[in-house]
Formats: sequence, structure tokens, C-alpha cells
Amino acid sequence: KAGRVRCLVRAFHALDTAPTIGTQQETNSPEYQEKYERMEVLVRELKDRVAVIMQGGPEKARQRHLSQGKMLPRDRINALLDPQSPFLEFSQLAGYKMYGDEHVPAGGLITGIGRVSGVECLITANDPTVKGGAYYPITVKKNIRAQEIAQQNRLPCIYLVNSGGANLPRWTEVFPDRDHFGRMFYNQAIMSSMGIPQVAVVLGSCTAGGAYTPAMADENIIVRQQGTIFLAGPPLVKAATGEVTTAEDLGGADLHCGVSGVTDYYANDEMQALHQARRVINNLNYVKDPGVSIEEPVEPLFPADELYGIVGDNLKKTFDVREVIARIVDGSVFDEFKEKYGTSLVTGFARLWGYPVGILGNNGVLFSESALKASHFIQLCCQRNIPLIFLQNITGYMVGRDAEAGGIAKNGAKMITAVSCAQVPKFTVIIGGSYGAGNYGMCGRSYSPNFLYMWPNARISVMGGEQAANVMAQISREQREREGKPWSEEMEEKLKAPIIAKYEEEGSPYYASARLWDDGVIDPKDTRTVLGLSISAALNKPIPKTQYGVFRM
Amino acid sequence: NASASAKPIDKVLIANRGEIACRVMRTARRLGIRSVAVYSEADRHSLHVATADEAYYIGPAAASESYLRQDKILDVAKKSGAQAIHPGYGFLSENVEFAEACERENITFIGPPASAIRDMGIKSTSKHIMSDAGVPIIEGYHGEDQSDEKLQSEARRIGYPIMIKAVRGGGGKGMRIAMTEADFDTQLESAKTEAMKAFGDQVMLLEKYVVKPRHVEVQVFGDRHGNHVYLFERDCSVQRRHQKIIEEAPAPGLTDEVRRSIGEAAVRAAKAVDYVGAGTVEFIMDENLKFYFMEMNTRLQVEHPVTEMITGTDLVEWQLRVAGGEQIPMKQEEIKVKGHSFECRIYAEDPDSDFMPGAGPLQHLATPPPTSDLRIETGVRQGDEVSVHYDPMIAKLVVWSDNRSSALQRTLAALRDYHVVGLSTNIRFLMALASHEAFQAGDVNTDFIPNHQTELFPSHCLSTDVLCQAALAMTSSLNSRNSTRSAAKKDIFSPFAHKSGMRVNDLPSYTIKLADGATVHTITISETGPNTRSVSVDGQAPVIIENVRLLTETGAGKDNEKTTVRCSIDGQVSSSTVLMRGNSVHVFAVDGSHNLNIPLPNFLKSSLGSGSIDDPVAPMPGVVERVIIESGSEVKKGDPLVVMIAMKMEYVIRAARDGVVEKVNHKPGDTVAKGTVLVHLQEES
Repeated sequence: KAGRVRCLVRAFHALDTAPTIGTQQETNSPEYQEKYERMEVLVRELKDRVAVIMQGGPEKARQRHLSQGKMLPRDRINALLDPQSPFLEFSQLAGYKMYGDEHVPAGGLITGIGRVSGVECLITANDPTVKGGAYYPITVKKNIRAQEIAQQNRLPCIYLVNSGGANLPRWTEVFPDRDHFGRMFYNQAIMSSMGIPQVAVVLGSCTAGGAYTPAMADENIIVRQQGTIFLAGPPLVKAATGEVTTAEDLGGADLHCGVSGVTDYYANDEMQALHQARRVINNLNYVKDPGVSIEEPVEPLFPADELYGIVGDNLKKTFDVREVIARIVDGSVFDEFKEKYGTSLVTGFARLWGYPVGILGNNGVLFSESALKASHFIQLCCQRNIPLIFLQNITGYMVGRDAEAGGIAKNGAKMITAVSCAQVPKFTVIIGGSYGAGNYGMCGRSYSPNFLYMWPNARISVMGGEQAANVMAQISREQREREGKPWSEEMEEKLKAPIIAKYEEEGSPYYASARLWDDGVIDPKDTRTVLGLSISAALNKPIPKTQYGVFRM
Repeated sequence: NASASAKPIDKVLIANRGEIACRVMRTARRLGIRSVAVYSEADRHSLHVATADEAYYIGPAAASESYLRQDKILDVAKKSGAQAIHPGYGFLSENVEFAEACERENITFIGPPASAIRDMGIKSTSKHIMSDAGVPIIEGYHGEDQSDEKLQSEARRIGYPIMIKAVRGGGGKGMRIAMTEADFDTQLESAKTEAMKAFGDQVMLLEKYVVKPRHVEVQVFGDRHGNHVYLFERDCSVQRRHQKIIEEAPAPGLTDEVRRSIGEAAVRAAKAVDYVGAGTVEFIMDENLKFYFMEMNTRLQVEHPVTEMITGTDLVEWQLRVAGGEQIPMKQEEIKVKGHSFECRIYAEDPDSDFMPGAGPLQHLATPPPTSDLRIETGVRQGDEVSVHYDPMIAKLVVWSDNRSSALQRTLAALRDYHVVGLSTNIRFLMALASHEAFQAGDVNTDFIPNHQTELFPSHCLSTDVLCQAALAMTSSLNSRNSTRSAAKKDIFSPFAHKSGMRVNDLPSYTIKLADGATVHTITISETGPNTRSVSVDGQAPVIIENVRLLTETGAGKDNEKTTVRCSIDGQVSSSTVLMRGNSVHVFAVDGSHNLNIPLPNFLKSSLGSGSIDDPVAPMPGVVERVIIESGSEVKKGDPLVVMIAMKMEYVIRAARDGVVEKVNHKPGDTVAKGTVLVHLQEES
């Protein structure tokens, strides 16, 4: 009898019942609707711009490419990936409006993560329809960022190469510095040494420096009558030595597979080459061991598109970050940590696509307490191998005498130490403003989160445009007053307007994403899936033990 | 007196296989009679063996060494203690010697007395008897003088067109038609050869050939007490290769008076030979509903179920009771026609290549659920093999309703739900037949198929809707496979394995290639919403498909998936079932089934297959009978190379081009699969 009672107690222990967050939105309220519509406009604008970018180079170049029986780079990737599997593409906006009249869609290089033969791989594909696949400075940056992702997450690399090499007129921004062209091959060597497979598929010309991408690969594939590899092309050879030769003869598949040994697999056409790449990956014996507990994913309780009506486009209008979390995590279940302490930062545990995550989300300016709470929470997650998600919407740390006296600087420093040293995978989504040191504490780009994404409503700058203009106006006014010169409202407006306009332009997610300050601007609705894919990718690398620096107490 | 020797039956041996064996066993079981099956090597695991109470092995696959071995069957009957043998149809069902042997061994042969089989088996005799009994017969020559000259002059007397028919023939074998005198010699020769091969006898009869004839037959029944009844008629006019394909009862367009008079004529015929048991009197009927006796089949016919459906009887029960000495359970005036019934014979054959019979495994088999108005008479299950050794019939679909048009409509619906994968069937053809205007109007005759050739064999056309549905099903199917990759076994819920085709800031879209024969279609699907897709076929303007519902089930094998697609295309809701097995995609759509393929990329093709395209191949599974040429022979296009026997028919394989034989791959007696290269010709220089 007693035994049965004990069983009952256990049965009603309610262990599995977990607290859910989020509230039903008043979807009919004018405020909700206005926010919703404005966000919708931003998302539509984003998708329209990306749609143009995804077409690739100019119509003429694409038709020429297709008429040669070649595939467009996105089709190459589609054929390489497991059927219908997702492709987590990065930085579609790379190079956007960066080179004046020269349009470089997606920076001339498509990068992303997708499954090939069941293995999550980092894939890059040159777009030969964009300036012949030439490397602009942003192309180099994007390539190196892709390799950084591969290295940080231990993802095999597949390079679908088809490029004429560096953009020579811009050699100063492409060639000499540490993170320039040469770094790509350095990365290949280093990753290979770390046991991260490097596979290249030669689908077009690989000239000069470009020749090293396949040459540095662990295994490579070349397409007959299409792929060529040489340090100098026929015109240069003729100029240098007088030798007259054809591209195929100089560096085609027959030469490299049969004579030089530069390439390993001989493909009759592109489809075969991509198929061979799938076989190469299949033969890697690459095992993913996520090393975390995984549960079956559950959809959130609330529809994702409500994020539009909750967040809107006006950063001055505040929202509760819990409503955002409720629309991202599994079953909207969130175990909040230190709910009543340091309330401007929300911290807690949840699951996302079945993976355990610790979430930090801003609900206002960071105070000392918020920073201490963040440091504590990050230590918990690192101790337990729980990936961290930062939902950034932050104007900065609190300023003023009280705050300084309370040690905001050293408490902020603790948070930054914790964020910097944390070895668990980190994911940052800028869902609103990202200003000043707030960007640092909330794992901005400098803190090497595994992935960083922005929403189209987001803004990133050292401070707000208004504030910057006000500071400048303040300084000018004081200077004029010191010099005894008059200062009018009109003059102040004239001074402020260009500053505000500049901040407005430079703080936009398009400006940021064009320069690769992030890994892409995403539709808020897709946040859950993008994060799920990102976590899945990150868990390819075993999570190392975290070792902290000195915390200033 | 025959009735004296009759004894009740409590155990019956069924000297047959396939659906008819199962059919007989079902009734036997209902009547409390135990059933004994016999089986050949090929049928070891067949349904009829599983259905029987006892089963005995009687020899190798070839019928001549098993189902036709009278001694072995009689042995089994004695060993098992069966008092009676039901011969089914075909095999020994109309074999006089066997009926006599049964009599000698004191085993009841469920069928007429041997004398009746003999009288009716020889066509010239049967016509004399019928003529004497006042049954109308058709003009012909049934004489003893078989010289070519006599036959020619008789043919001239009767007048062309003329039918040349083996006296002991049946089932269209040993039968030829000469339209003019000029054809006569060749047709006669050909009929003789075939008859010799099939029956070991080449005595021929001649008959006036009736143009636009209908094949109307009457089911009769007799008992050992001298009672005879008719159970009305069946129309079996629509035939291919002189074999029935769709039958119905009652025959459409008959007046009550004709119906009665043809029935009574049939009873007269039965009485004339003291007929006992189930028999069928076949008539030929002209456009004016005048009928002539053709022949009498002294067995239970394949198409007996349609008669059962309209008369509410169980003819196998009648057979067993009559064989046991009872009287016919019903009097003539009690037998009434109720409603209308159709039977479709579902064959493993390819209507598009002249109904070439097929064989092979039934990889997938789904039928409409049987009810009291919808019978599925079959001897095979999913996974069974349709063997090259026997008749390639898969099943009989029997449908009843209160009138002809609704019965036909239900037949069509049932055909649509009859799904077979693994071999070609005539289901689509049956659907075309059943939905043909002339057939619906009951305007049938034995030339129905050739006369309506163009409508019945529409130039193969695959609708965009079918392609869309196939492609949609494939999106569901492929999707469920990604998660099983071994590299990520520890991470089964990863969105990389599950979230279908996700693309950042773009709609998920897939391009699918499907080959319909040699034509490759490219279908691009964009997921515009959870249940909506925008689909473009071969670069045409996209079609919006709404309310998409996909349900995929995995079949027994790991490479066997079934997806049900239901969606609304341009506002029209339809559903179909799509089966994927390896690279083949079978679509069971509203308009029938379609077989598509996932095209292999060029680089995979080159490593498969050998032999050049004009090398002669076996058109169907069978046995090599004779090799006419030898290695090194020079051949001209059209020359015979090899003779194959398959499905009891002879096929001559001819050279597709002039050339020199490099290699003969098979010798007589070899069993070859469909598509086997029989002879390799030297490459053309």
C-alpha cells in the first residue's frame, strides 16, 4: 500500500511540466497592426533585394554561361546538397552598394552550410557570372569568413571553384595584408592539419593564385573540357616564353589527372563532378557527435509572424524580449534564471530544435546587476556545455555618477570576460539596436560568436544618430559661445542633419551586412530555423572546456 | 443410371491452381467440404496452396509435368481420400481420358460425363448433334476429307470470308481467318502448325465468318436426374488475341423474347448430350440478334461470376451438390435476372505492345476493398510472382449493380483503385474500354478493339497534373530519407535533416526530373506556403497548387514508399497514389496508372547495360525453343533468328538490321528474362 502511494507521488511529481512564457497578442490593436505592417515592409524590401542578388551576374553573362552548358552556382550547390535539405546561406548582401556602379551580387561568392551525404559541410561557390568570378576585397573577406566558420565549427569544406583570380586594379585591398588572398590557402593548410577535410571541385578556370585552392585541397575533382588549373594562362605564357598553347592543353583535366597529378577525380560533366564530391564526403568517415542532450523539437506555442507586430520598426518603442523568446524556443518553454534581479537583462534555459540553449535577452540598458547576472549565467552554461544565444537590443551600459560609483565599468568588464572566454557555441541575433559597449557585452562581432545575424529593423553604431548629432552640436555651441559668436537653432539643425543622415545610412543592416559585420540579415520569422541550423552546425565541434581570465572583483 | 453411383462429397481435390482453385476452395469450405490442393514446383508458395486444407506436390513447373499429369493427380486423390476432383477450367477440365480415368478409379469427376465432353469437344460432331436437336448452326464444312483441295473447294462453296479452325481447338489457338481465296493457303498452313503444336491434331473445320459478330454464351446446368436449366446469357464479345477480356451479364440489347429463346436453345443443346453439371453454350450473334450455335464448353467458365451475380447463385456449390447426386437447387422459373454485372480480367500484359503477356513479381498490389457487390477473384498476393509457366491472369474484378450504367461506373472506379507495381497490366486499357462511348452504349462485337483502335490506344499522353502530383509526392518521399544518414545518427532531430528545402530569404524550391519513356520532364516546385506550391513543368508558366496534403508510408522494403497526394490544381481537387521503388515512380492517378522513372545521370548510364541497341532481345520472359542461325551467319533485316515459347505462344525473334551474327547467347531450353539479349550482331563498320 505504501509503495503505491509513493508511486503516485512520483507520478504527480509534475517533473515534466515546465513554465511557458509569452502572451496572446492583441492582433487587432492599431499599435500591433502598425508595427506589423512596418516590419512587413522591411522584410519585403529585404526579400526583394535578395531576390535580385540571387539571380547573380547580368542577364547577358548568365545566358552566356548557360549556353556553354554550365550550371549557375546556386544550381551547383542544389545538386551537391542532399535532396531538399536546407542551405544556410551567409551574407547574401555582401558587397551591396560598396563599389559604386560595379554591382557585385553576393560578393561574387556564395557561401553557406548544407548537408552533403549526411555531413554538414561548409560550401563556397564562385559566381563566374559576376565579373568572371574575380575576387573583390569583399569576396576575399567573405571567403575567409566562410573558412573561419568551417574552422570554428569543424565543418568539412567544399570549394566549387570557377574564378579568374584576384581583381587586379584593387590589388592593394586584396593581396598584401594578413586577411587577404593568401590567407585562404593558409587556412586550407591549417584546417587540413586540424583534420578538417578540404575538397575542391574545379568547374571552370582556376588561374594564378586561384590555382592553389584545388592544389591545396585534400582531394579534388576536375571536369573534362571545362575545368582548368594553371599558374599563368595562355596569353601570359605566350608573353613570357613564347610558347603557344590552349587552356585545355595547359591545365585541363587530362593533363592534371593523367600527367601532373594535380587533380584526383576525372569528371565527364558537372553533374558527375558534384556526384563525385558527394562520394568523397561519404567516404570521409566523418562523425558528428553533438555532445549535448537532445529532445524531440516542439514548435513554439505562438506563431512566428507575431514577432512583426511585437517588435515593429521603431527602436524607441520598447517590447518585452520574453515575447520574442516565446516565439523562438521549443514549446515556448523557458526556465528563467534570476527573474527578479538585474531585470534589464533576461536570462534563462530553453530548448531550440531540441538542443539545450541558454538565452540572454535585453530588456533595457545594462546595469551593474544585469552584468553580474549575465556573468553568472554564462558560467553556468559553460560549466554544462549549453550553447548561448544573445538577443541584442541594447543602447549600452548605464551611465552617470551612481552607475560609475556602483562599479559599472568593472561589472561590465566581468560580463565581457565571461562572454569572451566562453567556449560553448555562441549565437548572436541583433533584433533591435546595437550601440556602444552594449554590442560588446552582448557578444558582438569582435567576440567571435559562431554566427551573428541581424533583423532588417536593427541598427548598429557606436551610438545613436541623434545622440551623436547632439554631442557634436553641444561641442560646437560651446566653442561658438567661447569665441563669442552667435549660435542659432537653424545652424544647429544644419549641423545635425548630415550627422543624423550619415548615422542613419551607416547604421543600417544593409550597410553592416554589405561589409560582413554579420553573417546575414534574416526575416524575424526564420529566426528559430536559422538558429536551429546554426546550432546544429556548431555542434560538429566538440565543446572545449572554458578557462576564464581574471574577473575584476 | 448415373445417379446410382453418386455419393455425397466431404473432400474434394482441386486439380488446378490460381484464382479458380481458390474460388472452389472457398465454396467447399462454406459447405464444410475439405479441400485438397495440388501444386507444381513454381506454386510451392502460392495462395491456393495456403488456402487448401491439404496440399500435395505433383512435379516441376511445366504444366505437362504437373497439372496435366493425370496419374499423379489421381494418386493424390486416392492418397488423400478425396471422393471427387474439381478440374477448374483449362488443364484437365475438358479431357475425356481424364474423366474416364476418374470413373474407372471410382472418383467423381466434377463435370459432365466423358461422353458429353467427347461429343462437344469435337466440333464437327457437336454441330451435327445440335443441328439434329433444332439448335441453329452456322454454315460450314466439318468433313473427314482434309485434303487442301477439298478444303479449298468447300471454302469456295461456303463463301469468303471464311474461318479455318482446328476441330479440337479452343481459346483462339489453331484458328485463322481467310478474307479472300488468295490468303487461304497460308492461313490454313499456319492454323495447322499451331494446332499440331497445341493439340497434336491438325484436323480443320471451315466456317462462314460472320462479320460484326457478337459472342453471346448461355450458362446451363444439368443434374443426374434429367433436369436442365439455363442461367441466362453473358456477352463476351470484346476480345483481344481471340481471348475474352471483359464480360457482362445479361447481354446488352437483347429483347426478352431473344433472351428466352437463346436460353431454351441452350437447354436443348444440353439435353441433346445428357449434360450434367455446369456448361456453357456459346453462340455467335449477328446484328439482327440472330444466333447460331458455336460450341459447348463442358466446364465452369472463367467468367461464371457475372452469372452468379445476376442470379444470386453459387455455381460451384451447384456443381458440388449435383456431383453429389442432388437435384439442381432451383427450377427454371425461379431463376431471375437481377441487375447487371461486369467482369474485368486483369492480366499481366502490355496492351501497347499487342498485349504481350508479362511475368514477374507483384512488387505492390492494392485492390479496392471487396464487398458483396464487388468480388476480387485472385490467386496471388503482393510479393507473389506471375509465372511464365501459366496463364498471366492476375485477377478477375467482378462488379454488380442494379443497372448496366451504374455497374459500369462502379467497375471503372474499382479499376482506378486497383494498383499493381512490378509488371505491366491491362488496367489502363480496361479503363479506356469501360469508358468508351460505344461500350457504354452496349454496342459491342468481337471486332470492338480493332475498330476502336485509335480511341482505345490514345497516343500516350501524360498530363501536367499527373507530373505535378508525381513531383509533389517525391518531395515528400525524398524528404523522409535524409534523416537516416549514418553520419548524423546521433543528431536525428537536426533541422538540416528535417526542415524541407529551407533557403535563407527565399522560398524553398526543388527541381525534379522525371522521365516518361525517353522524354525527360523538369518540374520546379516552389513552396509558397505550408500547403501551397507553385509548380512549373518544363519551363511553362507556373501552376498554383493549393491544399496540398502528402502522406508517405514506407512499405515492406526499405526502398519502397507510398505517398498519397491530394491537392487542388486550378481549383480542381484530385488525389493520386504514388509509389516509389528505387528509380521507378508509379503514379495511380484519376486517369489510370503511369510509370515514370527518375532519369539516371549520363555518367551512371555509361557503366550499365551492354549490347548495342539493335541486338535482338527477348520480348517477354520465356524459353528458347529453337535457334535458327549460328555464330557467323549472315542475316538480312527481318530474318528469323530465334524462336521462343512463352505463355504457350510461339514468338519469332527477327533481325532488326542486316549484319553478321557475332555470338548466340542462348541455346534451346534456356529460360530467358524479358529484355535478355539473345543474339549479338557484329558492330556495323
